[in-house]
Amino acid sequence: MSVHRSRVTIVDYGLGNLFSVARALKYVGAEVEITDVPEKILNAEKLILPGVGAFGDGMNNLRERGLVEIIKGYFKSGRLLLGICLGMQLLMSEGEEFGLHKGLDLIQGRAVRLKPQTKDNDCYKIPHIGWNSILYPMNNNYKYIGRETPWKKTIFENLKEGVFVYFAHSNIVVPDNPTFHLAETEYGNTRFCSAIHKENIYGCQFHPEKSGEVGLEIYKQFVREKYEG
Amino acid sequence: MKTVRIIPRLDIKGPNLVKGIHLEGLRVLGKPEDFAYQYYLDDADELIFMDVVASLYGRNNILEIVKRTAERTFIPLTVGGGIRTIEDIRNVLRAGADKVAINTAAINNPQLISKGARTFGSQCIVVSIEAKHKGNDTYEAYTNNGREKTGLDVFEWTLRAYELGAGEILITSIDREGTGGGFDINLIRRISESVPIPVIACGGAGNRQHFCEVLKEGKADAISAASVFHYNWLKDIVEKEKFRAEGNIEYLKRYSETKRPFDVWRFDIFSVRQIKLYLREKGIICRTSGASMVYK
Repeated sequence: MSVHRSRVTIVDYGLGNLFSVARALKYVGAEVEITDVPEKILNAEKLILPGVGAFGDGMNNLRERGLVEIIKGYFKSGRLLLGICLGMQLLMSEGEEFGLHKGLDLIQGRAVRLKPQTKDNDCYKIPHIGWNSILYPMNNNYKYIGRETPWKKTIFENLKEGVFVYFAHSNIVVPDNPTFHLAETEYGNTRFCSAIHKENIYGCQFHPEKSGEVGLEIYKQFVREKYEG
Repeated sequence: MKTVRIIPRLDIKGPNLVKGIHLEGLRVLGKPEDFAYQYYLDDADELIFMDVVASLYGRNNILEIVKRTAERTFIPLTVGGGIRTIEDIRNVLRAGADKVAINTAAINNPQLISKGARTFGSQCIVVSIEAKHKGNDTYEAYTNNGREKTGLDVFEWTLRAYELGAGEILITSIDREGTGGGFDINLIRRISESVPIPVIACGGAGNRQHFCEVLKEGKADAISAASVFHYNWLKDIVEKEKFRAEGNIEYLKRYSETKRPFDVWRFDIFSVRQIKLYLREKGIICRTSGASMVYK
């Protein structure tokens, strides 16, 4: 029986940290392809939408390359899709950043500004740059799905609640349906959605490729996981 | 309490990690990528690489070191020293860095900050400011590693950098850097309170208390330090030849003969893990090791 190396395709739409993501995936044993070719993206085995920068620029860049319908088509295939940072925000219906922009609308909700704040005499600056903990989402629906923890059978399966990951962002996502929260994180007085999960879609607001061993573990699980619908 | 960041800073000259000593020259300590990997294993939150000659001679020779480092250290890397154009930023990011620190070029051409932020995102653009105390609570910004005056007031320049789109400010006290005498708390706090973006304090760390002070009273979001960390590995460097030093290793030879961290008396030395343990005891939150947090 031959060992099949999972192939992960990274969408190149001219923004951000492609090579960091690729390096981390290669390190955990995946075969990696970086491309903007529509057919290759549509037929990917597993897809990652990375990105750093503004929502409007992100959507424009995808549109220019004819990738909006392609990514929606890929989503319908049922194969796994992971959005990272801006990539996760673009999955939403719309984003507010220098105006209101339409997103990919794969998860209903919007991307909004994270505000600077003060709590207990501490200044929480924007962008939110640095390490922070990911926590189980506060809503309790998971007990109805038969999982012992909200992360069992997800790409966070092997992580303990509270592990630190690396953030660098000024915006957050607010899904209409809170059951799509996979993880939440506290920053000042705000508890925001730091990871999402809906059917075959995952999203991480933080950067797994910059999150040391914890991040590598997330990529390892993404490379291993099969979505069974 | 917010989570703070501990960021070892590596000054790089050619192929070597070097350390400048206040009013002296540069000492060679070993290969930067080896130290970088060691710090990654030691729970460093990020790394900063400064190319210490690039500004003067206009050469960037650090990309190879960045590439080698990025291959196995999965934490953010900031690179500074001699970055002058959008192309320079692009090349550094492509080589594997996550952020760039710009000083001289930003002062000579402030639009580099806004263009850089627009092109790559604010979180990629760290404006590095070197401050020299001029008396009467005023500080002047310097460039080229503390060699050239600019006539700019540090606080006005900080505000302007933020308005132009800087994601973070890296503030170095020229007077304190390399002395081990502590941070300039007054300077750091004023900078931190003047802008809503994160501030990384640099220059002066000599003992554990300094770390605590600059976070609690200085209101810094992160600390960058060099001497306290690099000298911790001196024994490994010399006895186990662990960090492959080459070139002028005068300093390391002296250590070999005396078996003492020669001339390091003004610094406490500790690993990143050790300082984080100390900070946690003081009620400051910093991230704990990933490996112990994973099931399996």
